[in-house]
Amino acid sequence: MSPLPHPEKPTPQKSVFHARGLTKTYDMGEVQVQALRGIDLELFEKEFVVLLGPSGSGKSTLLNILGGLDVPTSGTVHYLDQNLTAGNDAALTRFRREHVGFIFQFYNLIPSLTARENVSLVTEIALDPLTPEEALDIVGLKDRMDHFPSQLSGGEQQRVAIARAIAKRPEVLLCDEPTGALDVQTGMVVLDAIARVNRDLGTTTAVITHNQVISQMADRVISLSDGQISNIEHNTHKLSAAELNW
Amino acid sequence: MIRAINRKLLRDLWHIRGQAIAIVLVIASGVAIFVMSLSTYSSLDLTSQTYFDRYRFGDVFAQLQRAPDSLVSRIREIPGVSQVQTRIVKEVTLDVPGLPEPATGRLISLPESNETTLNALFLRDGRFPEPYRRDEVLASEAFMVANNLNPGDFIGAVINGKKQELKIVGTVLSPEYIISLGGGAIIPDDRRFGVLWMDDESLSTVYDMDGAFNDVCMTLRREASLPETLQRLDLLLEPYGGFESYGRDDQLSYSFLSDELSQLKAMSKITPTIFLGVSAFLLNVVVSRIISTQREQIAMLKAFGYGNFHIVSHYLKLILSIAGLGILIGIGWGGALGISVTEMYGEFYKFPLIFFQLDFRVVVIGVVISLLFAVGGTFRTVLSAARLPPAEAMRPEPPAQFRATIVERLGLAAFLSASVRMILRQLERKPFKTALSAFGIALAVAVMVLGRFSIDAINYIMEHQFSIAQRQDITVNLVEESDYSAFHALRNLPGVMHAEPFRQLPVRLRYRTLEKELSLTGLEPDAELFRIMNADEKRVPLPPEGVLLSEKLAEILHIKPGEEIRVEVLDGRRQTTKLRVTGTVTDFSGTNAYLSIDASRSFLQEGPSISGAYLQVDEREMDNLYRQLKETPRVAGVTILKAARESFQKTVGENMLKMNVFNIMFGCIIAVGVVYNTARISLSERARELATLRVIGFTRAEVSTILLGELAIVTLVAIPLGLIIGYGFSAILSSALETDMYRIPLAFKPYSFGFSAVVVMVAALVSGLIVRRKVDHFDLISVLKSRD
Ligand SMILES: Nc1ncnc2c1ncn2[C@@H]1O[C@H](COP(=O)(O)OP(=O)(O)O)[C@@H](O)[C@H]1O
Ligand SMILES: [Mg+2]
Repeated sequence: MSPLPHPEKPTPQKSVFHARGLTKTYDMGEVQVQALRGIDLELFEKEFVVLLGPSGSGKSTLLNILGGLDVPTSGTVHYLDQNLTAGNDAALTRFRREHVGFIFQFYNLIPSLTARENVSLVTEIALDPLTPEEALDIVGLKDRMDHFPSQLSGGEQQRVAIARAIAKRPEVLLCDEPTGALDVQTGMVVLDAIARVNRDLGTTTAVITHNQVISQMADRVISLSDGQISNIEHNTHKLSAAELNW
Repeated sequence: MIRAINRKLLRDLWHIRGQAIAIVLVIASGVAIFVMSLSTYSSLDLTSQTYFDRYRFGDVFAQLQRAPDSLVSRIREIPGVSQVQTRIVKEVTLDVPGLPEPATGRLISLPESNETTLNALFLRDGRFPEPYRRDEVLASEAFMVANNLNPGDFIGAVINGKKQELKIVGTVLSPEYIISLGGGAIIPDDRRFGVLWMDDESLSTVYDMDGAFNDVCMTLRREASLPETLQRLDLLLEPYGGFESYGRDDQLSYSFLSDELSQLKAMSKITPTIFLGVSAFLLNVVVSRIISTQREQIAMLKAFGYGNFHIVSHYLKLILSIAGLGILIGIGWGGALGISVTEMYGEFYKFPLIFFQLDFRVVVIGVVISLLFAVGGTFRTVLSAARLPPAEAMRPEPPAQFRATIVERLGLAAFLSASVRMILRQLERKPFKTALSAFGIALAVAVMVLGRFSIDAINYIMEHQFSIAQRQDITVNLVEESDYSAFHALRNLPGVMHAEPFRQLPVRLRYRTLEKELSLTGLEPDAELFRIMNADEKRVPLPPEGVLLSEKLAEILHIKPGEEIRVEVLDGRRQTTKLRVTGTVTDFSGTNAYLSIDASRSFLQEGPSISGAYLQVDEREMDNLYRQLKETPRVAGVTILKAARESFQKTVGENMLKMNVFNIMFGCIIAVGVVYNTARISLSERARELATLRVIGFTRAEVSTILLGELAIVTLVAIPLGLIIGYGFSAILSSALETDMYRIPLAFKPYSFGFSAVVVMVAALVSGLIVRRKVDHFDLISVLKSRD
C-alpha cells in the first residue's frame, strides 16, 4: 500500500462528540422498545473507540444518532459547537455530507456502479475530497477500480466502502460491525485499513462490534448493555489488527 | 463527465429496459393517439375554416319554390345580413359515359362573378363556361374523379324534360360540397351524384325562371343573431313556397364534417386517457419495486449526505426519462399518423388544398398531460423513498406477511396443491395490486372492444339499412308528384318485378312550442321493399291513420306516442292537420316521420299521387331499365342502393381495415405492457423463493407455473371485466357521437368480443413466455447469494 497523504500521531484531547442524556424509544404500537436509556458520552479528536455489547444493546442506535442518521427521543448531541439535536433534516444532511464517513456491515455499495463510481458518488458532493483513485489506493484496490461489486469479494467490497467513507476526508468515521459479514482473515485486512486511516489521517473513529478481540485495537472501549453504558475502559497498549489473537 | 449518481440512473434504466420499453410504448401510444386525433382535428379545422373564409361559404341557406328577383332587396334589409346570393338549383337525371344506370345531377346557376360571390368555386382544371352557353357546365371534382371524366368530356342530361348533351369545361370544388350527398342519401356516392354549374342566363331560360330564383344563401355580420335572421327570412319566403331556412349546422356537407370533427375530439379524450392511466399505473409498479429493492442504497446515499431533494429528483429523473422517451416517440408517431389520417380525410372530403398543422399547443398539452399522469402516478411512491428514515432503511424489510386464503379458510385446502396455494396466497396478499393488474389488462381488452365498436356499428347500419329494412334495388324519384298513372308506367318498365309507390311531403311538425321541418314519407302499409324497422330488427307496422316518428324526432319534439302532432304542409298548398303519433321507431339516420300513403292523400284532399317508387328489378334486365330511365323526362333521380353501399364500403372499408390494425396494435401494447411488467416484478420479488424451490427439486415447469399461474388467473378475471368496460366506453362514445343526423348503435358482433379477448390472451401468453425464459435461465447460486 502506498504512503498516506497526512501522517500525524493521534493525541486524543479535544471533544468532538458530546452527548448528554440520550434516550431512544421505538414506538411499536402496543409495545415500546427502549433502545437507549440515558447515555452520556464524549468522543475525542483522533481517538479510536470501540463500542462493545451484545446484540440489541443499542449500539447501532447510538451510532446512528451520533452520525445524524437518527434523532434521539430526548437528550442532546453536539458535534463540536453544532447542536445536532436542534437541527432539522437539512442540517443533519449537511452535517453528514461534510463531516461523517459511514461503513456498514453489508457494505451497501450500489451494485450498478463500479468501485470507482461508488466512491465518486461521495466525492462529487464533498467539499475537499480525495480523488476516487487516491481513496481506492489507500485501501489497496487501485487495480480493481473498474470492477463492479458483484465482481469483488466481501472483503474487497468492504474496502471499497472504506474508500468511499474516507474519500471526503471526514472528521469522523463511524463503522457498524464492519467485519460482521467477513471471515477472520478478511476482517483483519479491513480492520487494518480502518486503523490506518485513524492513525494516518487522524480521523476520529468509532467501530461497533460484539467481538471482544477487536477492542484491543482501541484507545477506549465503551461497553453497552440494555441501552446504557455499563463500562468504559482505556487501553494502555493498543494492538494492531495483525497482532489480534482471534 | 456523467456524475456517478446519473450513471446509476442509466444502469438502473438499462437493467429494467424490457419493462421500460413496454411503458415507453404505452405512453407513446397514448400520446400518439392524442396528437394524431387533435392534429388531424386542427388540420381539418384550419383547412375548412380557411376554405370557407376565402371562398365565402354562406351562413344561412334556404330553398323555395320560386320568388322574383325583386325580393332580394327585402332580404338584404334583414338586420345583420352581410351578403346575399340567389340561385336556381335543379335536380336532373344524368347519362354518364361508362355508367349504365342513370345518375343524379344537381344543376346550379353560376353567379356573374366568381370573385365576389358567396360559395365561390375553386377551379381545379379547365375553364369557366362562356357566358350564355347552354351546353357548357362545370362539374364537381368528386364526380369527375369517380367517373374518370376530364374537361372536354360530354355527359347527357334531361333538363326540364329534354335530353341534352353538356360539355364539361372545368373541374371545380365548392365549399358547399366538401362532401356530396344527393337528396336523402346518408352516404356519399360520387359516381351517381354530381354537382354541375351552368351559366345563370341559360339555366333560367331553360327552366323558365327568368327574373326569379329558388335558392338563397347569405352571410351574416358578426353581431347578427342566427335564429332571428332565420325567422325573418322564413317570413319573407313563406309566400313563395319557402322551406324553412337553416344555418351551417344543418347544411349537409358542413354538418357531416363537423360530426367528423367532434368524433376526432371525442377520440382524443377517451383513448389517450386509458393509455396514460395504464402507463401511470405501470410506472408506479415499476418504480415502487425499484425503490423497495433500493432501500439500502437510498439509506446509504442519505448517510453520505445526499438530501431528500436529491433522492426525489433521482427517481423522478428515472420516471421522466421513460415518460420523456415515450412522449417524444408519441409526438413523432402521432404527427406521422396525423399526416396520413389527414390525407385519408383529404380523399374523402374535397378541399382545394390541405394544410397540415401540428398545433404547438396540442403538443404542449400532450406533453403536460402525459407528464402529469407519469409524475402523478408515481409521486407518492417517490416521496416515500425520500421519507425513508436513513437509519431504518438499513434494516432489511420485514418478511412479507401471509395467511391462509379464503379458499383455504373455507376448508377447501385439502383440494389444493402446494403450488396452487402459493399462487392464491400471493394474489390475496396484495389485493390492491392484483386488482390494478387485472384492471390494466381489462383496459387492454376494453381498447380492443372500443376499436371494434365503430367497425361493428358501421357494418350493422349498412346491413340494417341496406338489406334488412330497405330491400329495393332502385329508388326512382319523380320531378314532381304525379298521379297513379306514373306509378303504373314505372311498374311496367322492363325488368321491374315489384314496385311500391311512396309520397314525400315537405312539412313542418309542431308540438306545443317545438317544431321540426322534414320530409314526411307516405308508404303503403304492407310495403315489402321499404320496411320500417326498429334497431332490434323488428318490423314496426304502419298505422292506417296517424304517424310514426323516429325516436330521435320524438325526443326533439318532446312528444310521446298517443299524443297529437300538428302537421303543416310546406309546398304551396299550406294545408294543416293534426295527426296522432302512434309509435316511434329507433332508426340510425335522419329524423323521419312515416304515415300510410292513403292517410296522406286523405288530409291533402287529393287523388292518389306519388313522388316516386321503389323497384325490385330482374338483374338481367337492369341495363335495359337504366337506358329507359335515362330517357324518361319525369324521372328526377335514381338511387341504386347496392351501388351506393359498395362504393361506400370501398372508401370506408379500407380505412376500417387500417383502424383495425391500429386497434390490435394498441390493444397488444397495453396487454403486453401490463402482463410483462407484472410478471417481471413478481419474478424479481420472488426470485429467491423460486430459486429455493428449484434447489429443493422443483422442475422449471413447476416453478414457472407458480409464477405464471398467478398471471393466468389475473388475465382470466380481467377479460370479462374488460369486455364490460369496453362496452361501457363504447356506450359513452356512442352517445357522445349522437347527432340529429346519425345514431350509432351499440351493435356488437359476438365475434368482436371473442376477438378482443383472444388478442389480449395471446399478448399475455407471449409476455408470459418471455418471462418464463428468464426463469429457465435462473442462475441459482447468484440469486440465492444476493441479499435482497
Ligand atoms: N427501527 C426500529 N424499530 C423498532 N425497534 C428498533 C428499531 N431499531 C432498533 N430497535 C430496537 O432497539 C433495540 C436496540 O437496537 P440496535 O441499536 O440495533 O441494537 P444493536 O445494534 O446493539 O444490536 C433492539 O431491541 C431493537 O430491536
Ligand atoms: Mg446493530
